[in-house]
Amino acid sequence: MNPLTQGEGPWRRSWRRFQARPGARWALGLLGLIIALCLLVPALSPHDYATPSWTHIFRRPSWRDGAWFGTDGLGRDLLVRVMWGCRISLLVGIAASLVSVLIGVAWGTAAGYIGGRTDGLLMRTVDVLYSVPFIPLVIVLEVLFGRNFLLVFVAIGAVSWLDIARIVRGQTLAIRAQSYIEAALALGVRTPAVIWRHVVPNLLGLVVVYATLTVPSVILFEALLSFLGLGVQAPLASLGSLVADGANEMQANPYLLVIPAAFLATIILCLNYLGDALRDALDPRP
Amino acid sequence: MTKARASLLQVRGLSVSYPGAHAPLRALSEVDLDLDEHECLGVMGESGSGKTQLLLALLGLCGSAARVTGSIRYRGEELRGAAPARLAALRGRRIAMVFQEPHSALNPYLSIARQLSEGARHHLQLTRRAALARAAELLELVQISAPGLRLRQYPHELSGGMRQRVTIAMALMCEPEILLLDEPTTALDVTIQAQVLEVLGSIRERTGVATIFVSHDFGALAALAARLTVMYAGRAVEQGPIGELYAAPLHPYTSGLLRSLPRLDLPVPPRLPAIPGQPPDLADLPAGCAFAPRCPLVHPACRDRPALRTRQPLHRVACHSELPAQRIAEAWP
Repeated sequence: MNPLTQGEGPWRRSWRRFQARPGARWALGLLGLIIALCLLVPALSPHDYATPSWTHIFRRPSWRDGAWFGTDGLGRDLLVRVMWGCRISLLVGIAASLVSVLIGVAWGTAAGYIGGRTDGLLMRTVDVLYSVPFIPLVIVLEVLFGRNFLLVFVAIGAVSWLDIARIVRGQTLAIRAQSYIEAALALGVRTPAVIWRHVVPNLLGLVVVYATLTVPSVILFEALLSFLGLGVQAPLASLGSLVADGANEMQANPYLLVIPAAFLATIILCLNYLGDALRDALDPRP
Repeated sequence: MTKARASLLQVRGLSVSYPGAHAPLRALSEVDLDLDEHECLGVMGESGSGKTQLLLALLGLCGSAARVTGSIRYRGEELRGAAPARLAALRGRRIAMVFQEPHSALNPYLSIARQLSEGARHHLQLTRRAALARAAELLELVQISAPGLRLRQYPHELSGGMRQRVTIAMALMCEPEILLLDEPTTALDVTIQAQVLEVLGSIRERTGVATIFVSHDFGALAALAARLTVMYAGRAVEQGPIGELYAAPLHPYTSGLLRSLPRLDLPVPPRLPAIPGQPPDLADLPAGCAFAPRCPLVHPACRDRPALRTRQPLHRVACHSELPAQRIAEAWP
């Protein structure tokens, strides 16, 4: 049956378009596989990520040993460590993106919808926060509060919502000028309900796309922090810290660098591809 | 017309201005209106004459920058400066509005069912099921076939005329007493215009909702309205029964507008007659009659602003000229 006669909503239409891209399905499938693996492998493996083993130092990846990805300089199983790294990196990426989406959407819609002086105040705050040099800030925070995993979340969340707030504000301004907002007001709908039912759904497409693209940038950022030794605390590992450790060994034992770097690159590539596909799928033009 | 009871809607001296770069922008100046139960009042004027501002001011939707003065009484209750909660309770429930642009008046992310039921669920506390039943009823009232299917669809799946009929249904969901129509036919094809006007006429017959119909289309106005107010540069310049006003306009502006309509019963002139000049800048209105710079009958008295005077019973004109309609029409070159 012709989809136009069935009452196909914008979300369902986007999903259909999304599925029509084979690359998008691959990216989604690969990402799902990595997520499933990083949830299952540490639970099923006899090894854990922390316990050193002096008899298994620098084993090359092999099927026979049971250490499929080899072991590192402390004899820890790299497969388990990489899976933990994926867990941490994805967790940081998703959690920080979620936080930044929540703050950014609330901030941006408030600024765009209320306008006037409120808008000025909110957006100048964003401008000021933009101008704070970020890496020195994180270093100062870690010196003050000690190295804390939570701090990484807070620090990354605190910067990444700024872009979303700006984009959302601009979009809100455009939506606010639409006459369905005026129509809703003329029907007696109160302002919070107008924002929730009429402004936010129209923002979601944009926000979903932007959030999908924020996750990889946050993961990369966490990797950078971990590479600089500012991220997760040993023995816990993120993909970034694994790459950093591997980089020290890359001449003698390149697999310690190549394997975590490949996972990092795959995750980032999948997420970027998803974001790109979503952007096309959620395009408001029918 | 006796005014024993308070009329449904009584507007006195309504003005709306916005802060401008140099001088305030006077969008609407001292407009008086009366709307009785079940009546349809037409408001006619070109772009920027304050038609839409009038409707928005009635709903208290002019925005925070606007300065609104004067009085708007709904059944004797003053609405200007009323509490926002009171206004929100009236909007959609007692006074509802249909917007000009059916393409942007519907939220693309909500199904027709949700858009229609929103107001009714909010105002009448209907359950989802009751609101859906009411929505289906109204879609039939606006002559949309297969309401069950249409309710599940989204705005982009409907044609322009259908969307406009949906917005009309949306406005009627809570059985308002006053329906404000802001150029509901302007964005549509001529055949669809006729269809929408026909729907509006049958709705008025069946529900008796009092209507203020804003348009710049004489034909559309004649189809619905009994009385007409002609606006120019934010002021009412002529008010009267629509037949009389069309047959014998007493304001040079109205006369000039009617003259510029192409006539089917006369040979088509090589150039359609037009009113020379441009409407005045709302931030810099002339001190006297705003139409004076374009008026063929202008004379020194026009430096003072003419007030609306009753020239015929029920027919009021804001012009110093005492000439009969025939002579005013002849004054146009």
